[in-house]
Amino acid sequence: MTDLPWLTVLFAVPLLGAVLVALLPRSSATVLKQVGIAVSLLTAAVAVAIAVQYDVDGGMQLTETHTWIEAFGVHYALGIDGLGLLLVLLTVVLVPVVLLGAWHDGDEDPRAFVAWTLALEGLSLAVFTATDVFLFYVVFEATLIPAYFLIGGFGRVGRSAAAVKFLMFQLVGGLVLLAAVIGLYVVSADAGTPSYLLSDLMALDIDTTAGRWLFAGFFIAFAIKAPLFPVHTWLADTTEKATPGTSILLVCVLDKIGTFGMLRFCLGIFPEASEWATPLVVVLALVSIVYGALVAIGQDDVLRLIGLTSLSHFGFITLGIFVMSTLGGSGAVLYMVNHGLGTAALFLAAGYLIRRRGTTLISEMGGYERTMPMLAGLFLLAGLATLSLPGLSPFVSEFLVIVAAFDYHWLAGAVAVTGIVLAAIYVLWAYQRIMTGPGRVDVEAAPGATGSGAPDALDGSVTPGRATPGSATSGAGGVALAPPVAVAPAPAATTRDLGVREVVAAAPLVVGLVLFGFWPMPLLDVSNPTVESLLSHVGVTDDPPEVDSSTAPVGDIEEGH
Amino acid sequence: MEFVKPTIEYAELAPLLIVFGVAVVGVVVEAFAPRPLRRPIQLTLSSAGLVAAFAATVWIASGLDVVADGAARGLVAAGGTIIVDGPTVFLWGLVLLFAAGGLMLFAERRLEGGLSAFAGQAAALPGTEAERRASSEGLDHTEVYPLMMFAVGGMLLFPASGDLLTMFIALEVLSLPLYLLCGLARRRRLLSQEAAMKYFLLGAFSSAFFLYGVALTYGFAGSMQLERIAEAVRNDGGNSELLLIGIGMLSVGLLFKVGAAPFHAWTPDVYQGAPTAVTAFMAACTKIAAFGALLRLFHVAFGANRWDWQPMLWAVAILTMLVGAVLAVAQRDVKRMLAYSSIAHTGFLLTGVLGVQATSDLAVGEITSLQAVLFYLATYGFAMVAAFGIVTLVRDAGGEATSFERWAGLGRRSPLVAGAFALLLLSMAGIPLTAGFVGKWAVFTVAMSAGAWPVVAVAIAASAIAIFFYVRQIRLMFFTEPQGEVASVVTPSLFTSSVIAVGVVGTLALGIVPGPVLDLAAHAGQFLR
Repeated sequence: MTDLPWLTVLFAVPLLGAVLVALLPRSSATVLKQVGIAVSLLTAAVAVAIAVQYDVDGGMQLTETHTWIEAFGVHYALGIDGLGLLLVLLTVVLVPVVLLGAWHDGDEDPRAFVAWTLALEGLSLAVFTATDVFLFYVVFEATLIPAYFLIGGFGRVGRSAAAVKFLMFQLVGGLVLLAAVIGLYVVSADAGTPSYLLSDLMALDIDTTAGRWLFAGFFIAFAIKAPLFPVHTWLADTTEKATPGTSILLVCVLDKIGTFGMLRFCLGIFPEASEWATPLVVVLALVSIVYGALVAIGQDDVLRLIGLTSLSHFGFITLGIFVMSTLGGSGAVLYMVNHGLGTAALFLAAGYLIRRRGTTLISEMGGYERTMPMLAGLFLLAGLATLSLPGLSPFVSEFLVIVAAFDYHWLAGAVAVTGIVLAAIYVLWAYQRIMTGPGRVDVEAAPGATGSGAPDALDGSVTPGRATPGSATSGAGGVALAPPVAVAPAPAATTRDLGVREVVAAAPLVVGLVLFGFWPMPLLDVSNPTVESLLSHVGVTDDPPEVDSSTAPVGDIEEGH
Repeated sequence: MEFVKPTIEYAELAPLLIVFGVAVVGVVVEAFAPRPLRRPIQLTLSSAGLVAAFAATVWIASGLDVVADGAARGLVAAGGTIIVDGPTVFLWGLVLLFAAGGLMLFAERRLEGGLSAFAGQAAALPGTEAERRASSEGLDHTEVYPLMMFAVGGMLLFPASGDLLTMFIALEVLSLPLYLLCGLARRRRLLSQEAAMKYFLLGAFSSAFFLYGVALTYGFAGSMQLERIAEAVRNDGGNSELLLIGIGMLSVGLLFKVGAAPFHAWTPDVYQGAPTAVTAFMAACTKIAAFGALLRLFHVAFGANRWDWQPMLWAVAILTMLVGAVLAVAQRDVKRMLAYSSIAHTGFLLTGVLGVQATSDLAVGEITSLQAVLFYLATYGFAMVAAFGIVTLVRDAGGEATSFERWAGLGRRSPLVAGAFALLLLSMAGIPLTAGFVGKWAVFTVAMSAGAWPVVAVAIAASAIAIFFYVRQIRLMFFTEPQGEVASVVTPSLFTSSVIAVGVVGTLALGIVPGPVLDLAAHAGQFLR
């Protein structure tokens, strides 16, 4: 049983699934999607099997090491530690959620959508388990290909330009990383035998100047990926033009590679340089937190808004990583998971809404609370998670990061706290504009588009738009906006509430948000040993607490803010 | 002066002899065989010749003696004029492999409705009655096969030359048939003839530079032999001006052939005007042969005064990468875009060439400059031959449709062909899991190890620019709505399809398991001095 190369199996399953889907006949979209979901569930089962075997205090485990390219000192080396495990689990949960929740996202070419999604999953899983820098780089770059085709192939008008922008940013970052990876080879060769194994590189004694240059290369690439101010501009354009399902994959899975890389490679290989760069990185992270939140407040496009909230959140994660304390590190790792759950739920809810209304503009929405209570509830819950309401899981991580930031410097903590306030504004104000208030009546609505609300075969409860004329919701019900930009070949505006499929898709996220809000210990148990060993490698020890309450038990959700 | 009769090592020179022999027999066939028989005979002869030469190369490679304390393998043949060593046989293998690809593209007849891509009668003026008659009678130039074999022979000799005169002769033998082949396109003949003319004039000019460089270097060293030159360089005979000018002049000749800036001006015009099959052959094989000669010249003859020529190569490499990448962005034609991309690749290859270090500076198992360049040439050849092969398939009523507008939406009409082209472009862009990435990694690494980090920085920047136009092409094929008349993919015969298939498979295989070929390049060892 233990001889099975679990990690290879883990990412080979979705990759083979992608090939399988690509080979299936194009005829039945439903079959394609079902196969996709089955493959992603199988992957999830493999991941669960890995999690069961995982020994919390075992460090890097389930390792596989084979020589790959001897001339380059490159190994096919996989391994999983606490950080990797959490991100793997997040990925395998989110992919079936996307395939199920964003059922209609890929209707233009379901085969391509499902195949690219599975390919992206497989490559992302490989990224999180690679323990050889070269292998990491290869899969890191390879994830861009499915991502590019997902953005460029599905979504709104202007998506192909957005896809090119996305790809250019990522590839430029990738090339900077390539320079650093090559530099690492030279350093490693100078020290004896060239090797790309993470374990060999961590043991390497890198010259201070060279180390800082190489750190800069790695960090820039990860900052673009994450994204961090000022290299974030691709994010909002991409989330705006891509489908919500694609955005979930991008923001909640792919972007985690950036922060994952900071932890594993920046801190792991360049501990000295990481400490040296801390002030600058902390400032950038704080700017991201505040700037992302401020810009998000001003958005009218709900997808852009959610994209920009992520900029703010990635600021928190980066802040947690670079304040260099176990508290901040654990908070950052936890934040990665929680942000994945919360933002995915928000994108999912927004996707449901946009599909019903045919518009992404908040100014053209309003008053859906009464007609679609479940959707509104989901949106609210996801929004509250985003603003870190106590009792929902992001609160725990945000709390940890902010405490760690105060520990680092009171000013950093103070600025970070404003992020919470701003988050409350952008979430609640967006909720108010979209869900509450009287419904909108737009007289210029195109007559042909009114109330055709074609029932979705898989959605149980269907309430066609015209079914409730004259009621209090007639405004919302009767509205059919000619969408300024086509979202999808969507049926005209309806206000039916969530169907069974949509509820099932959102359920894991909601359960996760609530469960880990009250009981985050499993996550912390997994992440803490990794963070501690990483920070001891960096050579940081936590300052002794001056006040007992500053290291209050993390489960203490009574702690408000 | 006593005359010594040279001993000829026939067995070790077999590939050269076979190829030249086939070429000469091909000329005889043209003279005596009846017209309908010529094509099958030529095709059989050439392909048998290439296969036999390849088999001989493999046989030679497996039996090379180890010399110079295991650092190199091989022997000095034909009285010191030809050196059959590890790098030589590796390059021979590459040239023969891609020449076989070129030959298959030459032989393709289904695309033009039963005719080859070459002019029916080259002597008939474009637009005249004679041309129409040649066309209606279905005339075909079968001389292209012997011409190509002569070129291949020159390409085999070029990187194997042990002295400068042989190198010059090889340069001419490989160039002259190419000038001619460029002018033989069936369609757009004026463009093709213009390309041939330009190529010939500039090529002749650069050959003169090379010859002058040979003379000056002889003046410095008192010998044409590369090893004697190396000895003279080491002993520093004083006249270093002669040597430096000589190096400069020789470089002009070679850099012209590889298409490095500022001697690149011919590349786009010739690549565009020449029949695409010739372009594919030329782009891959000429570059391989010329880089082989360049490496041998700089590593063997001028290895001792690296510090003199490395700065020059730094400048040329930087300029070449930037010119290739930036100008490719402005192109509106697929063939021209590929031509500029090939210029950029020349720059990347030069980055590898200038990464040469003394063996003592290298760690055990560290990749060497030679190994990196040899590997890059292999990746480049696969991608280029297959890419131009695909260009021959995309046609409209006027023949090959190379302008961008015609390619719009190709990915929806022919997903397989467009997908293959996209993969090749991704490889040229250096995306991981394709051959191009490993090649780029290798050449950048050796340059970085040699301390050429400014060149690597520019190379990274140039790669970023290059990615833009490769991705733009992919976007054009997959995500752009076609407007107006568009091209479609014509189903080729087995010849072209197998070339494309091999190129695509090679690109993928070298990207995922580059180990064997890298080991082969490492096994080639150093140049025999």
